[in-house]
Amino acid sequence: MTVNYKETAIEIKGITKTFGEVIANNNIYFTVKRGEILALLGENGSGKTTLMNMLSGIYKPDKGSIFVNGKEIIIHSPEDSKRFGIGMVHQHFKLIDIFSAADNIWIGVKEKKYALKEKLKSISVSEKNKLEAFFVKGGKVVAEFGKYFIAKIPSLFLTRSRYKRIKEVSAKYGFEINPKKKVYDMAVSEKQTVEIVKVLYYGADILVLDEPTAVLTVQEIRKLFEVMRKMREKGCAIVIITHKLNEVLEISDRVTILRKGECVGTVNTKDTSVSELTELMVGRKIELSIEHPECEKGEALLSVNNLTVINSEKVKALDGVSFNINEGEIVGIAGVSGSGQRELCEAVAGLQKIEKGEIQYRNENITGKTPRQIIDLGISMSFIPEDRLGMGLAASYDLVDNMMLKSYRKAKGIFVDRKSAAKLASSVVKRLDVVTPNIYTPVRKLSGGNVQKVLLGREIDGNPHLIITAYPVRGLDINSSYTIYNVLNEQKKNGVGVLFIGEDLDVMLELCDRIIVLCHGRITGGVNAKEANKEELGYLMTNDLTEDKGGKANDGQH
Amino acid sequence: MNTIINFLFSAIKFGTPLMLGTTGEIVTEKSGSLNLGIEGMMAMGAIIGYIVAARANDLFLGILCAFLFAAFGALIFAFLTVTLQANQNVTGLALTIFGVGLYKFIGQSLMVSGKYPAMKTALSNMIAEKPLPLLGDIPYVGKLLFSHSIFVYLAVLICVMFWIYLKYTKTGLKVRSLGENPAAADASGVNVNFMKYIHIIMGGGICGIGGLYLALVVNAGGWNDYWINGFGWISIALVIFASWSPMKAIFGSIIFGMFKALQIRSGDLAHEFPKVLGWLQSIPADFYQMLPFVVTALVLIISSMRKKKEGAQPAWCGVNYYREDR
Amino acid sequence: MTDNINTVREPLIRIAKRGDIKRGKAVMLYTFSVLFAIVIGGIFISFIGVNPFRFYTEVFLGCFKSRIYFFGLIRTIMPLLITSIGISFAFKMKFWNIGAEGQFIIGAVCATAVGLFLADSLSHWLLITLMFVAGAVGGGVYGLITAVFKVQFGTNETLLTLMFNYIALYIVQYLTKVDGFRVEGSRPGIKVFSANAWLDQIGGIDITIIFCIVIVFAAFVYFRFTKHGYEVMIVGESQNTARYAGMNVKKIVLRTMFLSAAIIGVAGMFQASGSATGHQLTVGITGGVGWTAIIVAWLAKLNPFGILAVSVLMGILKKGSEVANSSLGVSTAVSDILQSIILFSVLAFDFFINYRVIIKPNKFTKNIKIALNKLGKNFKRCRPISADGTEIAVNNAYTDIEAKSYSVLLEDNLTVNNDNPSETQEEEK
Repeated sequence: MTVNYKETAIEIKGITKTFGEVIANNNIYFTVKRGEILALLGENGSGKTTLMNMLSGIYKPDKGSIFVNGKEIIIHSPEDSKRFGIGMVHQHFKLIDIFSAADNIWIGVKEKKYALKEKLKSISVSEKNKLEAFFVKGGKVVAEFGKYFIAKIPSLFLTRSRYKRIKEVSAKYGFEINPKKKVYDMAVSEKQTVEIVKVLYYGADILVLDEPTAVLTVQEIRKLFEVMRKMREKGCAIVIITHKLNEVLEISDRVTILRKGECVGTVNTKDTSVSELTELMVGRKIELSIEHPECEKGEALLSVNNLTVINSEKVKALDGVSFNINEGEIVGIAGVSGSGQRELCEAVAGLQKIEKGEIQYRNENITGKTPRQIIDLGISMSFIPEDRLGMGLAASYDLVDNMMLKSYRKAKGIFVDRKSAAKLASSVVKRLDVVTPNIYTPVRKLSGGNVQKVLLGREIDGNPHLIITAYPVRGLDINSSYTIYNVLNEQKKNGVGVLFIGEDLDVMLELCDRIIVLCHGRITGGVNAKEANKEELGYLMTNDLTEDKGGKANDGQH
Repeated sequence: MNTIINFLFSAIKFGTPLMLGTTGEIVTEKSGSLNLGIEGMMAMGAIIGYIVAARANDLFLGILCAFLFAAFGALIFAFLTVTLQANQNVTGLALTIFGVGLYKFIGQSLMVSGKYPAMKTALSNMIAEKPLPLLGDIPYVGKLLFSHSIFVYLAVLICVMFWIYLKYTKTGLKVRSLGENPAAADASGVNVNFMKYIHIIMGGGICGIGGLYLALVVNAGGWNDYWINGFGWISIALVIFASWSPMKAIFGSIIFGMFKALQIRSGDLAHEFPKVLGWLQSIPADFYQMLPFVVTALVLIISSMRKKKEGAQPAWCGVNYYREDR
Repeated sequence: MTDNINTVREPLIRIAKRGDIKRGKAVMLYTFSVLFAIVIGGIFISFIGVNPFRFYTEVFLGCFKSRIYFFGLIRTIMPLLITSIGISFAFKMKFWNIGAEGQFIIGAVCATAVGLFLADSLSHWLLITLMFVAGAVGGGVYGLITAVFKVQFGTNETLLTLMFNYIALYIVQYLTKVDGFRVEGSRPGIKVFSANAWLDQIGGIDITIIFCIVIVFAAFVYFRFTKHGYEVMIVGESQNTARYAGMNVKKIVLRTMFLSAAIIGVAGMFQASGSATGHQLTVGITGGVGWTAIIVAWLAKLNPFGILAVSVLMGILKKGSEVANSSLGVSTAVSDILQSIILFSVLAFDFFINYRVIIKPNKFTKNIKIALNKLGKNFKRCRPISADGTEIAVNNAYTDIEAKSYSVLLEDNLTVNNDNPSETQEEEK
């Protein structure tokens, strides 16, 4: 293929995609050229992955058109996308655990079509006699069919040659994989390599990488970047989805920025800076003016000591985490998503098995206690989990039923007390302006913001001393977000300690008193919110301890 | 010696329908669907296959119809669960009730109207248990392995074919990927829904042949209400026993066939070896009938206690796949 | 590479998840699905040479022809109702208990043991109470065994409860030959209870009917008002939420499964001691109730009053088909077929509750649209889809016709997108 640089590989025009009432992508325009690396930048939930999933055929756009190589196409399925030369490496790898690397690639390999039709057409007969010619031709046709079937048979079966062929292709691109290794025995970076080799093997020349660096070490990232550059030289078009600014600056040629499902601009990497990108990504720095009441710090409420947790995927999610929260303060936890925030919350709430370390609530040791035992100790702690409908609430049930989720046991006798729950539901609706037809509406029918208000309303009703909130404003509009901030501040004034896990650094700097930064399950720093700025936090979020070790070479590159 | 040979011979005889049912279900489960309707599909295949075979006096036509009608049942299942995303457990149970209902309905209606066809000699000769030429003459082994009804060889052939298909062919690899992670298969360009349909239907059809065997060979065409009598359910459990391999299913089926064979041969065995096996006679026949179910229950429990990555239930078996799910 | 691929080709039909459906619409849809099933059943019936109208008249009205038939109907409904309620307990927490047949039998066996061996030594009411308890405990423990393996090892409960059905069946078959249970004479069978162990009757109907009424209300109260019921609901909804709320999930599963199986066991006790089988335990005592109950519970969406309604419907189908059997000579197995067709149909229509079918506009759909609009005018209830907030089609290129709407529920579901109103009006002129 002759490489024509600056030839458009993909053009997306006016793509819109909605899920129910959530608009994930709104009227997006976007182009990628051959021989360039385009970074698709945006915060969590800004619609990057949704957009790329439409290229890979997982979702179908509601509106808009896609052009590949200047031709309008419609992608019905991942198979179509594969045919158009688009290959996507998903963030959550689409690999089959119990298959070997080779088999994972092999399931999508199409054998070259044996050109039976052409061969049949090309049969020529020299005999003049008609009858003779007929028989000779017939014989040749039969022979061709025979050849066809013989050629077909080996391609039906799994042969050992597949290992060799995959090894060859991966070597061509400079990858090293063991084709016979089972996926469940692989490290994350190996899995990613398999994914990349897979799309390359399918002949993709338009590559989409969804947050490829999230799970890699610095050395591995550097290697990946080298491969990406090499592919760029070969004329591939590469899209890399990320929210890490330093990587964007290092690898990309152009950057397209998404915010809240909309495309806010495309800039050339060499003409831009971190601050411009930040501004585009998070929006013009609006005056947040979140109230920040000064409160007298009380006694220590919760102290976490050297906490280590191994999560369900057998990965060390938290590694020696220690911090404490006092009465009347909001402590923020910042970090790239998946740095151990969920495990931290669940460990404190008693839902996660603790490997090592200690959690103290005032003078009570609550390490390894179940939620029930924690309640029975008389500790009133509220946990507002990230998964609101799957953990914090019972989605199919109405507001009233959800109000008594944690308190239903307190009612006397064998019956639940729906009356006071209904009263509570009404008061929550009133106090937090929950938009709902009535209190007997299933919570899953409410919008995200209202779901969160219901959850928060229930949790603060118990007059907790400690509130743990995980991404309380994710997916919420501005007004609902402010309602949440106000409620948290109010609680703080009452002397409640709040652990706030957030993603919007501006908000955290305004709202929190202290911010602790988690990276790969370790605390990389703690700052006083008043004195800190975003850059400092951003640095802490991406420069964890493992990176520090090998980080010198990395610094040298800039 | 003859008693033992007879006993094992019966084990193979009674194991054959299980072989077919199990292989059918393995194919279905490997492609990611848990079809609890085996009993129903066997029943449909049995009654319709039998009637066609007996009327037309043609075994091949009977097998074809048994396959097609059981496949039709499987098609209902596939349409409801793959296209319409219905709950697989409930759909499978409905299919069982439907199939068994249809079977009783047809059988009873024909009995009442006196149109129930009897098996003619030509047909019964075709399925008769007779020694194969040459091989059948080998002492003992000939009687044990090479004197069966033609069906038995067909069943073993089907098992082996599907074993090779699933394990050693490229399409088989795709099928396995469906059961393990349809999203990954989809992303690699496998046509998930089409492949699921094909394999659910194929699996159902094979079960139908198993049903026909029960009708023709085990019950010799005599009508009663319980031709199938749990064979379908045991097949589903045997899938676990065979750890999703059609090859192991052959042996598993024969072992379960032994339990069935004990029902009729325990007396002989006890008579032959009064010292070792004399106790067999003191056990009531009902316990022999219960035995396969008890063993299956134990297999279920034991296999759930040990957790292995390979040779376990396909991860997405029983879960519907909808591409746009988030 | 992309040269020979037809690049622009819209799919004719595509499917999207639906936000929510109005309750009225859902009820309509389900009613329609049952009617649809009855039509399919009718076609089946006419296929075998019986007039479907006569058949359905026979089925639906046959039970009310005489006192005997009517009592027979009540007797058919009662065990079905109790068993369905029992199953709904397990299903509520997504525990697929399909072992109702076995639990029913074991309940009956335990009650029979009490009824046969203690008949002479106890007063009537004490005996009945003891039989009741034996049935509940027997069935309950039998179900509990499966639940223990489920919570401890994650054993597949569907298959395990199923195997337990057959084990129970052969236990009772064995009992027909055991002294003490065995009836005198050469044929195997179990003794008829002495009159002391017979259920009392009210107006010719067993007192089971009182239990039926009680259990429906009790189940309603249990799920709606008690703490235990609340816990079951939450566990069924999401085990994560349950753990978050501090519930002991394992304990709840065990307790509920025991209750579920105990209620089913009680149904077995009533059946054995009642008049339906002649106050006697028989091998075929369940009459397939355990299977039908699964259909009933599922169709009723586990609502106790819904179960009452559906089990009446299923009872009529079953008893009615017996009536049709005697008058028209149609096999009684037809009730099984009709039941499963109804279930298939409802399962299929569930799809339209959860998903929207979007059909690409083409000549055919355009004509339908025009015809529908005309029709709609006649009904004066035609409304464009955009009037209905939840159903605004985002893509103007698509017409949002819900597959079920235009063929059937013309009046209520004219969800046609008027994206080309001018064109439509022209056609109408």
